[in-house]
Amino acid sequence: MFQLLDPAGRLRNGAKPPLDDEFVLEGLRWMMLSRAIDARATGLQRQGRLGVFSPVLGQEASVVGSAMALDPTRDWLVPQYRELPAMLMHGYPLHKHLLNLMGNPVEGRIPDDVLMLPTQVALAAQLPHAVGIGWGLKLQGKDGVVMTYFGEGASSEGDFHEACNLAGVVKAPVVFFLQNNNWAISTPRQLQSSAGSLAERAAGYGMPGVQVDGNDLLAVNQVSREAVARARAGEGPSLIEAITYRMSFHNTTDNPSKYQDPAELEAARARDPIRRVQAYLKGRGMWDEKREQEFEQAISEEIEAAIVKAQKAPLPNRSQIFDNVFAELTPRQAAQRRELLGEG
Amino acid sequence: MPEMNIIEAIRDALTMEMTRDERVIVLGLDVGRLGGVFRTTDGLQQRFGKDRVVDTPLAEAVIIGSAIGLAISGMVPVAEIQFLGFTHQAFHQMGAQLGRFRYRSRGRYPLPVTVRAPMGGGTKTPEFHPDAIEAQFVQYPALKIVLPSNPYDAKGMLLQAIRDPDPVLFIEPERLYRKGRAEVPAEDYTVPFGKARIVREGKDVTLVAWSAAVEVCERAAEQLSGEGVQATVIDLRTLVPLDEETLVKSVESTGRCVVVHEAPLSAGFGAEIVATLQENAFFSLDAPIARVASYDTPYPPASLESHWLPSPDRVVKRVRKLLSA
Repeated sequence: MFQLLDPAGRLRNGAKPPLDDEFVLEGLRWMMLSRAIDARATGLQRQGRLGVFSPVLGQEASVVGSAMALDPTRDWLVPQYRELPAMLMHGYPLHKHLLNLMGNPVEGRIPDDVLMLPTQVALAAQLPHAVGIGWGLKLQGKDGVVMTYFGEGASSEGDFHEACNLAGVVKAPVVFFLQNNNWAISTPRQLQSSAGSLAERAAGYGMPGVQVDGNDLLAVNQVSREAVARARAGEGPSLIEAITYRMSFHNTTDNPSKYQDPAELEAARARDPIRRVQAYLKGRGMWDEKREQEFEQAISEEIEAAIVKAQKAPLPNRSQIFDNVFAELTPRQAAQRRELLGEG
Repeated sequence: MPEMNIIEAIRDALTMEMTRDERVIVLGLDVGRLGGVFRTTDGLQQRFGKDRVVDTPLAEAVIIGSAIGLAISGMVPVAEIQFLGFTHQAFHQMGAQLGRFRYRSRGRYPLPVTVRAPMGGGTKTPEFHPDAIEAQFVQYPALKIVLPSNPYDAKGMLLQAIRDPDPVLFIEPERLYRKGRAEVPAEDYTVPFGKARIVREGKDVTLVAWSAAVEVCERAAEQLSGEGVQATVIDLRTLVPLDEETLVKSVESTGRCVVVHEAPLSAGFGAEIVATLQENAFFSLDAPIARVASYDTPYPPASLESHWLPSPDRVVKRVRKLLSA
């Protein structure tokens, strides 16, 4: 497993800092923002103000480190549903994300200039789409790369195999970013596959596969950049397995105490990805309590502003049920719409 | 007599049958340690062991496909798909394979497989989860499609399903899972397939439904009763086999019928009911047979689902229209 920072935030084997400190600080800001959103959104969900959602908690380095390897002006993001900071980094506004969770997808629509698909709850269904996008970009002579996310659970689905296989055949510029967070709801990693490493599956598709410490921002970013560069150079897809840990519930309907060993969760907390970056930056003279408070303050303001903005958006209404079914409704659908609106 | 909700009734049936028949094996996502996302299999793994209550890898097609093989080998699998909307990923194994094996093996391999899955909306679940796609499976004529709407039927029909020599898609009404308890016999009993339940009897109109839509019709009938209109409510219980006799007899007596279902209108199973009644009760009809269903759109966002799903209000309005025709 590739690692640059140990859990205490020290560079391994006296390696030189691979990234500019400002870049790392920017990564840390996204990670802290992600965690603060999780906390705030959980509170709102418990009050009944947001719908079901899945927190990123514990996986921030994995998501942020990989997304930082992308160029949002030409690369595509194909998420599953546990990659919020990557979506924000790609240009999707936070208040729109909140609107989706509030059940207002019209207002939460992805802006036309953001190269991203909607979140996908049918696991692994997004992977063939990612391959199609990458393949299409290649056919059109564009130099964009597709980063697609999924978990170790989703990697058991047939869609995963079919997508990887085709991507290898057509040399699609796709990075398959597998977040192995050890849990598919209650099913642990060892029941998901008998393979020692999920990254090694890449060999079967004729692509490189690498296992990386998913709680190490620097290492995740490095392997992601290599995979993106490879794809951009026309050398085809890669598979990255980021070893991380779901430090929270699967989603807001789940109660992990029923199946999770508390000691395991404690051990995961000791490998917290945010604390690791903070310790690293502290060692570089770039982080202290004052700075942490400044970050937290700014993040809190950003989140509250997004909540206010989301609350000001027009409410969803029943006529929207018939929007975007087709470019044009069939006569039967049009009649049903009139019935719904009491017009017929 | 003990009282149970639908979850408890299903768990009771599974416990009973696993105790009685050691060939029965439960498999699916999160059915073991967690006891299922709705807790229908809670405690079963502790009681029967990890070889009989199996947390599978996350792949719907292989859950159904391997259940086919398990049955051929001599086991009696009860496979769980977490939501009926996730059977899309297993559609080939469900329909073309499970629903054809006896036929294509010329009777050599009958498949005593039960597939359990909750269906329906009204609980603000995320996308894909609530899709009511039962009619899609009816197009595979060798699958039995059963949909209990209450605790008594849930237990009796699940025991019948597991013992049935043929594959059964056992669809559970998610919205009604914990909606109150009812008396359920502690002992072993089965509810035969192909026999509809008359929930209430009235002379003016017949309301036909299955799964959670039965509850919608009951509420509509209650409201209509306040207006002096007496409705019969029929819970079909099973779409395959279909109890044509009860349907026809009721509509012959009331002369009016509204079919109510959660699936989108077009090509929903309601169309099959209408055609069946048109063929067999045409001369008894006082009004055209009507359908109240969800609209012909993908399942809408949770915040709008109450406008999309059939409601007692829409049923009542349609009945009034029939009566004034």
